[in-house]
Amino acid sequence: MNPIVQLQNVEKQFGTELVVKGIDLEVEKGEFLTILGPSGCGKTTTLRMIAGFETPTDGQILLEGQNVVDIPPYRRDVNTVFQSYALFPHMTIYENVAYGLRMKGVPKSAQSQRVQEVLHMVQLESLGNRKPMQLSGGQQQRVAVARALVNNPKVLLLDEPLGALDLKLRKQMQIELKHLQQQLGVTFIYITHDQEEALTMSDRIAVMNQGRIEQVAAPKDIYENPQSKYVADFIGETNLLEVKILSHAGPGVVLDFLGKKLGGRMGNNQAMAERMILSVRPERIRVSKEVDPDWPFALSGRVEEMIFVGSIIRTMVRLTDGMQIFTMTPSQGKASLVKGDQVWLSWEEEDGIVIGA
Amino acid sequence: MQDEPSLSVMKPEHPPKHRKRIWRPRLLILLIPPIIWLSVFLFIPYVTLFINSFWKVDFGTIVHDFSFDNYKKFFTNPLYYGTFLKTLRIAAWVTFFSILLSYPLAYFIHFKIKKNKQLFYTLVIIPLWVSYLVRAYAWKIVLGQDGILNNFLLAIGIIHKPVEIFLYSPYAVILALTHIYTPWVLMSIYTSLEHIPRDVLEASKDLGAGRFRTFFHIVIPLSLPGVIAGATFAFVLTMGDFLAPQLLGGTSSMMVSNVVYSLFGVANNWPLGSTIGIVTLVVVLGILQLTHRLEKRTASFEDGTRGR
Amino acid sequence: MSRRFKPDWVHAGLTVTAVLVFAFIYLPMIVVVFYSFSENAVNSFPIQSWSTKWYGVLMHDRALLDSFQNSLIVAVAGTLIGLLLGIPAAFAVDRFQFPGKALFERIVLLPMILPGIITGVAMMSIFVLSGLHLSLVSILLGHGTFLIAIVMTQVYARLKRLNRSIEEASMDLGATRMKTFFLITLPNIRTAIIGASLLSFTLSLDEIAVSYFLTGRDLTLPVQIWAMLRRGITPEVNAISTIIFVFSVVMIVIVTRLSRDKSEA
Repeated sequence: MNPIVQLQNVEKQFGTELVVKGIDLEVEKGEFLTILGPSGCGKTTTLRMIAGFETPTDGQILLEGQNVVDIPPYRRDVNTVFQSYALFPHMTIYENVAYGLRMKGVPKSAQSQRVQEVLHMVQLESLGNRKPMQLSGGQQQRVAVARALVNNPKVLLLDEPLGALDLKLRKQMQIELKHLQQQLGVTFIYITHDQEEALTMSDRIAVMNQGRIEQVAAPKDIYENPQSKYVADFIGETNLLEVKILSHAGPGVVLDFLGKKLGGRMGNNQAMAERMILSVRPERIRVSKEVDPDWPFALSGRVEEMIFVGSIIRTMVRLTDGMQIFTMTPSQGKASLVKGDQVWLSWEEEDGIVIGA
Repeated sequence: MQDEPSLSVMKPEHPPKHRKRIWRPRLLILLIPPIIWLSVFLFIPYVTLFINSFWKVDFGTIVHDFSFDNYKKFFTNPLYYGTFLKTLRIAAWVTFFSILLSYPLAYFIHFKIKKNKQLFYTLVIIPLWVSYLVRAYAWKIVLGQDGILNNFLLAIGIIHKPVEIFLYSPYAVILALTHIYTPWVLMSIYTSLEHIPRDVLEASKDLGAGRFRTFFHIVIPLSLPGVIAGATFAFVLTMGDFLAPQLLGGTSSMMVSNVVYSLFGVANNWPLGSTIGIVTLVVVLGILQLTHRLEKRTASFEDGTRGR
Repeated sequence: MSRRFKPDWVHAGLTVTAVLVFAFIYLPMIVVVFYSFSENAVNSFPIQSWSTKWYGVLMHDRALLDSFQNSLIVAVAGTLIGLLLGIPAAFAVDRFQFPGKALFERIVLLPMILPGIITGVAMMSIFVLSGLHLSLVSILLGHGTFLIAIVMTQVYARLKRLNRSIEEASMDLGATRMKTFFLITLPNIRTAIIGASLLSFTLSLDEIAVSYFLTGRDLTLPVQIWAMLRRGITPEVNAISTIIFVFSVVMIVIVTRLSRDKSEA
């Protein structure tokens, strides 16, 4: 089956500034795809091009195989949930939701049935007569989703839809949106700068940086197998070490880090080079007070700081050569380490990922 | 002109503006009618005025004989340049007094009134809407020979017979025009005070500045763009006034617009009137340009006075 | 706290100043209102006896009533011109980037700030030189020119604050540009347009500097009042001034209500 949305070498230039630098992306039908990136990386512009609010300066956007670059937003079967919700302030909730049906010329009776259905879906049946101003932020957000879903769009575009909500409500809405998406089977293209949100909700994540897509993969895959230094750093937390490759056998490599030998494996699609980066997730690092003969490689250092963050403890270790490494361990009843302890750091070869510098 | 409180329809952030092709048909449809109108009824009249300023009058008719005589006359005859300088002086006084009066009131309404602030503000700017003529004329009743001021002073014995000096003097003109333009200046200052974030003032006090130092170091500099905008308005409008001097001022307080008025009327010398009009216009445009720059330079918040 | 018992001289001084300035702004107008009910033909102080006779005189002053009618015609037509040209100008400035935009904005606003007398004599010159008669039409053209600026400023201020994404949402939901304009944009700037209309109407009704030079046989109300004033003070002017004052107050109350209309947010 063909992908429902295809971006082929899409480029967007504002004035002299190239905001989107030729991206390729395929979104499968029924998929929840998140475009994740820092502000100003071009993700919103990309979404606006799919919606039809911006015209790409180069490349093609295919919707079900048809190039839609020259089709205005009002004739595209995609709908948008705006960051500011963009509810029509002068209309009631009912009128807001019915708007799309009205534009399609759906008869009044059918309109009312469909509006009730969609409002029920977002649990706002009773608020149809209110004006947007009279609703809470969370309720406004639901209306925005209901309004965008009323016409059964092929693709729903969501531009940081939860950005204005407080943390608790945001977490709740994440789950609700995900359920709604699974229940309806509508393709979602979701924009966020919050990596945790992306990991929670998405089937696949496209990480964007400076107008380019760095990697597209499932959340677990993107976490376990970052293909660039940027992705490794942006998704989750990591320690990045500059290393040289000494030898390799299969995926496993032996590395030189300031004269010490370390173990790791080559990341996917990485070209071997003189200088590489080793990424080690903090929770994969084993901290012990003695050298364990079973572990072939280890770095020594001194515990500099221990921060208690509820369920975990973050430990900062200063290596003998001066670099700082941090680790995360589940917090237990009594702390096994104290500040100033001499410790050894080690990890499985599998957990040290070598990527291009 | 009106300042509105934030509504929730306000922009959350700036969506990328259109930056596609520059001259689009939709833009032209919007732009061409006002441009044609302004060309015909603004640009052409001013150009005509400019051209007229080089002709001369001979026995009551305009002679199309190009010369700079009118300009020479203006800059050499004290009747003309003197009146012009006097006009500038009067305008400066009016501006000065308008600021002096409106700043405390604006400050008071914004910082001291807690309840019904909006109502007070509205009350203060209502006079903006009230007929200019009514307001100028009102002073005639107050200052006239048989007016309130004279009778009041008679009653308390300061004077023994009605005096005429209140009316028909430059002071009456300055007083009336100050009264007329104070609400304008006030509106402008009030808007700029409104845009000073309260936490900036709190920060200043937190850092040890008392209310006077906070006022001089924080409030005044941040409200400067509003003061400049209001002052420009008062100054320029006073420069063009001819009704108040005629109504309240008498011959000794003729301003430059009265000269233009009579040259286009009884004196029937349009070319010279045009010359004075052009000189006034150039000076006004110069002032506008200057204050526009000053306003920009003193503005601490993005988008001039509209920083939130 | 011992401070609480100390009189706050600064605050007191500020309050007194504020009250005095407030009085200065209002007193003259209140004087006019009082004198309009004085029976005497001379504005003497204190008022001897009260009467509404000047309002009666007003109602039978043919010239004054005619000038009022002329003013209404000019104000309504001028407001329409202002709306017809000012709204498109506001949209052009808000929605588009084009070369000379800043200049365009400033030129549109010029008639609002340039001395009326210069605009007046300049326009009179072209009318007379081109052999056209001065009439209500010439006054109307003069007014239209500065009313464009009034409407543009008011509507532009609202447009700047309008969340553009509601228009995008509308198009996203299947509405064409036209439909979006009438169903979404217009209802959201409606009060600004009404406010601009009332403001234009009031300003036109009150305008005298430009009108004075463009007046032909038919006078507008302010020009007529001016003529009466030049002939000497007549208490009738107090009465008409009071009516204008009350009318202005009603207008501004409506406009401020509209521009602060919360329900439309």
